[in-house]
Amino acid sequence: MTHPSEPTIIVDDVSYRYPRTKRYALRHLDLTIHRGEFVAVLGENGAGKSTFCQALNGVVPQSRGGRMRGRIVVGGLDTQQATVAELAQKVGIVLEDPETQLFTTSALSEVAFGPENLGVDPEEILRRARWALKAVGLAGYEDHAPTALSGGQKQRLAIAAALAMHPAVLVLDEATSQLDPMGTVEVFSVVRELNGQYGLTIVMATNKGEQVAQFCDRVLVLHDGELVAQGTPREIFADAELLGRVMIRAPQVSQLATYLEGRDTSLADFPITLDEARQGIVQLIGEAY
Amino acid sequence: MKDNDLAIVVEDLEYVYEPHSLQAIRGINLAVGRGEFVGIVGHNGAGKTTLLKNLVGLLLPTSGRVIVDGLDTRQTTVAELATRVGYVMQNPDQQLFAQTVEEEIAFGPRNLGLAEGEVKGRVQAAIALTGLDAFRQEFPPALAKGDRAKVVIGSVLAMRPDIFVFDEPTTGQDYRGCHQIMQIAHRLHRQGHTVLVVTHDVALVAEYTGRTVVLCQGEVLLDDTTAAVFAQPDMLRRTHVTPPQITQLAQALPRELGLPACALTVEQLGQPIAERARHIAPKQQRAGLLWEGSYSSDC
Repeated sequence: MTHPSEPTIIVDDVSYRYPRTKRYALRHLDLTIHRGEFVAVLGENGAGKSTFCQALNGVVPQSRGGRMRGRIVVGGLDTQQATVAELAQKVGIVLEDPETQLFTTSALSEVAFGPENLGVDPEEILRRARWALKAVGLAGYEDHAPTALSGGQKQRLAIAAALAMHPAVLVLDEATSQLDPMGTVEVFSVVRELNGQYGLTIVMATNKGEQVAQFCDRVLVLHDGELVAQGTPREIFADAELLGRVMIRAPQVSQLATYLEGRDTSLADFPITLDEARQGIVQLIGEAY
Repeated sequence: MKDNDLAIVVEDLEYVYEPHSLQAIRGINLAVGRGEFVGIVGHNGAGKTTLLKNLVGLLLPTSGRVIVDGLDTRQTTVAELATRVGYVMQNPDQQLFAQTVEEEIAFGPRNLGLAEGEVKGRVQAAIALTGLDAFRQEFPPALAKGDRAKVVIGSVLAMRPDIFVFDEPTTGQDYRGCHQIMQIAHRLHRQGHTVLVVTHDVALVAEYTGRTVVLCQGEVLLDDTTAAVFAQPDMLRRTHVTPPQITQLAQALPRELGLPACALTVEQLGQPIAERARHIAPKQQRAGLLWEGSYSSDC
């Protein structure tokens, strides 16, 4: 994480309803995300995670319609005032199903498409496209057909396509839910690296607690459109009361610690990673030796 | 196992997608007994969905044979197979089309030409098992994702097949949805049905299934009890699969602690730790002696 000082995303008392609905999908959201943070958004289906993601690039409400109250400012742009095209240069978005996002016949042309549409100089387009492929570990795949890539590679390509727009913020909406376990780690790792290396701000809606614990700085928990908790992964996954109220999936090692606490057995430090749990158990039981 | 005890027999199955001659299945042999609950895992593109589609007759073998409930899929109509084996597709939205949940579920049995009373009974039973009572008159696409998946499962239930195959039923579902869907599969299994579930969610496979088949590049890499499969992390890595975190933790603990080297659920590791801690706390004794040999060294 780079030094968190500059707010990149300001969400100021935002409530939102889709057209022809009475229920608010987002309710009085108030939060700030700083430059270089890697933030996970957790919550049950229907909690508002996708709506929140789409509000960050202005698709909500500009394309979806409906009514939004309050204000979202991303990279200095008000999402209700700026055009979606302007916002696309600040916010890249990667969706659940890469197949719905990839459409060209080669990885290079896929990544070049965005900057081409901005009318960027051709040499610059090529430079950006090659850089973006390299940044996600797909250098050498320029001529590969997107359809012939593995699931993890397809999502990395979708990330590269977003990167070529040089965004300040990368939003990923359940971008690993269709991937095999190693593909999931592959995507989280690449995103973490981009975050560390370029100070890219990351907002990632996900259900994968184990990777959140391993890779993310901060967690936002949405429930029924409201921000009901935020904190470090450790604070969130150790909060038994919260997890009793909101069904989010803590890492199994954290579930183990909570299970043990229910049986009057505490590990010295609440674990969120495998290594921490291993050390805690060795300390607890190994002490007897 | 006698042949009529087998729900599914796959013999030397090869499947090639045309026109690009993409070989998705490269010689699979598999026998699934009646009443088994089998997990199928493997990397994206390993051939999991292609295998399932061959089991329900949507795809026919390029070579080899698939026998479902005693019927060769190549000599059986899809309609006939649909009464033997139910297929829950990966994306519920590709399967839903009716105006109400009831109509959606009634469509299959009505197509079988059943009497209206029988159709009603089946719809009622399917709605009860999936917990969709409150949504009978709702428009399926307007339901939440978890409920849309349940409608699809309900519509398959109403066909009353013996065998159920689920293709990534929990993808995109939240924690609650995952368990609700797996609970339905679990209930079907307890009722004696044969259940196959393709998924990337290894924690669910570990918790619910007895046997796991691991596919890699169109071939069977491992086929064993779920515990034995997850005891082989190096093999699994070849097909981009890692054991559940709790299983990895059990494997990573020093063996001299006397804790089980194999755990498939949080409870399976939590319980012995809690017990050990209880013994240690008051006496600070060498608990290792008490427990030596209590657990086998592998799964």
